[in-house]
Amino acid sequence: MSENTSVAQQPEATTSAAPDPTDEAAISAAVDRAVAAIAGATSLDELKAARLAHSGEKSPLSLANRGIGALPKEQKAAAGKVLGLSRGRVNQALAARTEELEAQDAARILVEETVDVTAAPRRRHAGARHPLSTLQERVSDIFVGMGWEIAEGPELESEWFNFDALNFPPDHPAREMQDTFFVQPPEAHLLLRTHTSPVQVRSMLERELPIYVLCPGKVFRTDELDATHTPVFHQFEGLAIDRKLSMADLRGTLEHFARQMFGDEAQIRLRPNYFPFTEPSAELDIWHPGAKGGPGWIEWGGCGMVHPNVLRAAGIDPEIYSGFAFGMGIERTLMFRNEVGDMRDMIEGDVRFSEHFGMEI
Amino acid sequence: MRIPLSWLREYAQVPAGARAEDVMADLVRVGLEEEGVHRPTDQLQGPIVVGQVLSMVPEPQSNGKTINWCQVRVIPEGAAQTLSGDGIDPSGVQGIVCGAHNFAVGDKVVVTLPGSVLPGDFRISPRKTYGHVSAGMVASVRELGIGEDHDGILVLSTLGLDPEPGSDAMELLGLYDQAAEINVTPDRSYCFSIRGVAREYAHATGTRFKDPADGVHVATAAGPGYPVRIEDAAPIYGKLGCDRFVARTVRGIDAGAPTPVWMSSRLRLAGMRSISLPVDISNYVMLELGEPLHCYDLDKLSGDIVVRRANPGETLKTLDAKVRTLDPEDLLITDSSGGIGIAGVMGGASTETSSRTVNILVEAARFDEISVARSRRRHKLPSEASKRFERGVDWQIADVAAQRAVDLLVSLAGGTADETGTDVGTAPEPVLIQLTDTYASGRIGIDFTDAEITTSLLDLGATVDKTASGNETTYTVTVPSWRTDLRIPDDLTEEIARLVGYDKIPATLPVAPPGRGLSRVQQQRRRLLQALADAGLTEVIAYPFVSKLSNDTFGTADAAVSAPAVKLANPISEEHSFLRTSILPGLIEIAKRNHSRGFRDLALYEAGLVFLPEEKMGTATVPPLGLRPPEEVLDALYDGLPEQPLHVAAVLTGKDSPLAAGHSARSWDWADALDIVRLMGDIVGVEVAVSQGSHQAFHPGRTARLALRTGELLGYAGELHPKLLTELNMPARSVALEVNADLLFEAAADVIVAKPISTFPIATQDVALVVPADVPADDVLAALREGAGELLEDVALFDVYSGAGIEEGKKSLAFGLRFRAADRTLTAEEASEARTAAVAVAAGRFGAVQR
Repeated sequence: MSENTSVAQQPEATTSAAPDPTDEAAISAAVDRAVAAIAGATSLDELKAARLAHSGEKSPLSLANRGIGALPKEQKAAAGKVLGLSRGRVNQALAARTEELEAQDAARILVEETVDVTAAPRRRHAGARHPLSTLQERVSDIFVGMGWEIAEGPELESEWFNFDALNFPPDHPAREMQDTFFVQPPEAHLLLRTHTSPVQVRSMLERELPIYVLCPGKVFRTDELDATHTPVFHQFEGLAIDRKLSMADLRGTLEHFARQMFGDEAQIRLRPNYFPFTEPSAELDIWHPGAKGGPGWIEWGGCGMVHPNVLRAAGIDPEIYSGFAFGMGIERTLMFRNEVGDMRDMIEGDVRFSEHFGMEI
Repeated sequence: MRIPLSWLREYAQVPAGARAEDVMADLVRVGLEEEGVHRPTDQLQGPIVVGQVLSMVPEPQSNGKTINWCQVRVIPEGAAQTLSGDGIDPSGVQGIVCGAHNFAVGDKVVVTLPGSVLPGDFRISPRKTYGHVSAGMVASVRELGIGEDHDGILVLSTLGLDPEPGSDAMELLGLYDQAAEINVTPDRSYCFSIRGVAREYAHATGTRFKDPADGVHVATAAGPGYPVRIEDAAPIYGKLGCDRFVARTVRGIDAGAPTPVWMSSRLRLAGMRSISLPVDISNYVMLELGEPLHCYDLDKLSGDIVVRRANPGETLKTLDAKVRTLDPEDLLITDSSGGIGIAGVMGGASTETSSRTVNILVEAARFDEISVARSRRRHKLPSEASKRFERGVDWQIADVAAQRAVDLLVSLAGGTADETGTDVGTAPEPVLIQLTDTYASGRIGIDFTDAEITTSLLDLGATVDKTASGNETTYTVTVPSWRTDLRIPDDLTEEIARLVGYDKIPATLPVAPPGRGLSRVQQQRRRLLQALADAGLTEVIAYPFVSKLSNDTFGTADAAVSAPAVKLANPISEEHSFLRTSILPGLIEIAKRNHSRGFRDLALYEAGLVFLPEEKMGTATVPPLGLRPPEEVLDALYDGLPEQPLHVAAVLTGKDSPLAAGHSARSWDWADALDIVRLMGDIVGVEVAVSQGSHQAFHPGRTARLALRTGELLGYAGELHPKLLTELNMPARSVALEVNADLLFEAAADVIVAKPISTFPIATQDVALVVPADVPADDVLAALREGAGELLEDVALFDVYSGAGIEEGKKSLAFGLRFRAADRTLTAEEASEARTAAVAVAAGRFGAVQR
């Protein structure tokens, strides 16, 4: 790194006899020698040596300055002035050169400190959210943006909340179709909720009208795990209870949601269906232009107008209020939105699955 | 429900070229779901023709088998072979090697000629075998994919057929037909019939429907027929178990007569096996009209038929030859010998028809939905009959269905029907519903016209009376007898919307009143879960099903105390039949799965509910539907639920960061677990108190008890017990934590009050204290804080030392104290005084000595 190609100048002898403080020529010569030495210094070390030689205690100018005291009184002022100016010139040169050399040094150090940034290791392990959680939050945010609130409830639920309040008659085949996990003892009438609809009932019992809530959460059915089924999965259900709500409002809400979720091109379709807790009921399909195997309608969830018996179960007068409800599976949404081919990936906890998504969805 | 298109065509106008897919697409619009297509020609291709066996020569083989070398004529006698191709003999006679022996010279059989394809992509071509070139195959029903019977080849005379050789056998066997399979929702029982689906097809396509019931002429006046009495002494929910029983008798039948191919092929496409002519006829009529029938061998009946509930301890041998112990709730068909059938579920063995049956009694009844459903569940006997009865059968169709079966028995089995029959029971009151046009329009958001409403209702088969008043029209609708699902105005509203078309419903967006956004707890939870991911942990979601051992290990700190847990009545696996009381077992399971897939360095977390039952579980009764329960009943429902707090847990194994150049990864240790807990506290602004703890799943010396300031237990963190880690086959030194997040959220302050910031200079003082080794550093720190007084701004432990210079059994703790006053610059003396006071408390409490 030596850029100093000139021959290093050795400091001149400083032990020469002190110049006569009144000998302006000698003093001027000393100044010139000093300035030359300073200018010639190529490093801070050389500069230090030049400073010692030309402005240190034993330098000619210092010695001359010391000689002023012995001069006759009338010569003192003039000599002092000359020496003062001379020493000032030397100090100025020193300061200027110091700054120059320091800047050079700093620049050199920065160059020396260069690293290969591409060799930087990842020192912190990046964490990740589970995409089901992230998607659930994304969905919730869309509805919160529409003024809806998020309602939640227990996963281990009373049979009444899961079935009777939702107009599933006892012994009705629709109850069996829910493939329910019951808990022991059976006389306790407790079960793992088969849908998040009990939260709708709780909302109607506990909240003031009108009600606009989204109920996301974990639900349970006695399905064996395979590529498209899992006994534990997630849903989000919406419920709106207000005066004069119609199926057109349901369609409008679902369309708005679908567009928020899948873009302005999103289309939905309603097909007649049956659920005990809605009448009329509909199956909700969404148009999936990017589906593998070509564009097509994909079954997304169920919906309908809240059955009067469900309103009555919550003490709401169906003559005054009407409402709609809908429900979709989060796993299913993730499967077709994010092209997850196998449901097992969502539940096995392989870190590659979550980490691929990171914090986003 | 599978719908053979040939059958549907008899009652609905299905275009000639329509495929099953087209029919399903139409039916989907009116609310039936597509399930699949059954089309023999997808698997079967001709030429498959009728052949007549001209000769067969048995040839014993060295392997012990005897094959038949057959000459089979596959064209009409005297005609010329019009087919050509590799292996088609121009003479019209094929040489075929056949291993079966159940046929004879002169028999008509089915020949799959070279070039044909059988199910399983089995291509027929001439092949050399047993010293002959066999040019085709004489087929069995199994090879044709139309039955399971592979005892031998299909001899057409056994089906009552005597076709010309060379005829298209696929046509003959109904193999060009196809079926659309639809899923019928539980409300629409009438669609478990060709009759119902044909009506829906007409709705969907706007075409004409021909009611199959109209083609049946019920000629016979009721009675006197076989004596039948309905004596239900214990109706369920007050509903008689049987409200109609039609019994008809047909005598002199040939029960062994073959079922005609047109019938058996439709049954097969509909998914039912052909069993015997009487049984096939009853199944055929059930599929066509939706009324399950039962045939008894009249000569095996004794005495009056009585429909009654079972007696305690009574048994019945059902058709499947199993002896069933009956429940007093089971509804039985009985005669003087005892039970002869579980009503609507399965008949009894003693009165079963057989090929020797000569006289038959046909039963067409209607049984209560719930009674049938319970018996079916109780005896685990799902059947085509119970499926229909459970969902509701048309009361009016019973006599029609019985007549249709009688007609078929007469025409196909050669019987003679008795002139009179039995028909007992009481018709239910017709269902009347009042619907206004404003209600229907308001619910759907379409302004229905009078024509739309009236036409829809009439198409359903309802009768409609209209009264107009002001701007509103009220429709008084008499619901058709087969629509047991239509009970309230909303049901009719759906029907109108469905028939007008759901695609006509417009979209309007209702505006919700101003909401409050996410609740405080929802926000806390989100920030907490996000912060853990931000801190480098990976979120996973495990099943909450665990073993008893897992709960006993992780769910309770004290090994001696067994924690109560909720047990599932019908778990997926008996091993994992409990609901979790801790998140950790699931996390460890997932950690191990990741290990097995090559990932050893893990930081996993999960947030989920745990289930902590107390003594009270649930409620003894369930309130009825359609009614808000009284407050005390609701309270009992709420109170009966076990606690289900949200727990957040993490498991850390291996290194804290990836292997990388110039960076050395550190192994996770117990302090990392604590750090994560502190982070969780910081996220919600709650200080987590840490103390030396004890939990059976954790290392006895490296367990932190986590608590709120109030002392309330939050959870545990630390190193998992080395023995447990070995048992679980987990890496040594794995660490874990579990926190009750609900408690943490609750403890968060609503408002954080600001602390004034002093700008006066800091005065720092360090102090090293020697204390007994078992004194927790945190306690010494607390003592210093207490003794230092209000000048103390902060105190931190910066070194722990034991060894040379420190007495055995002691340790040196070095603390940095920072003093500052709110109103002045502290003098050195003031700071020293405060420090001395701090040390004095520590000295007094723990015998701490300054080094």
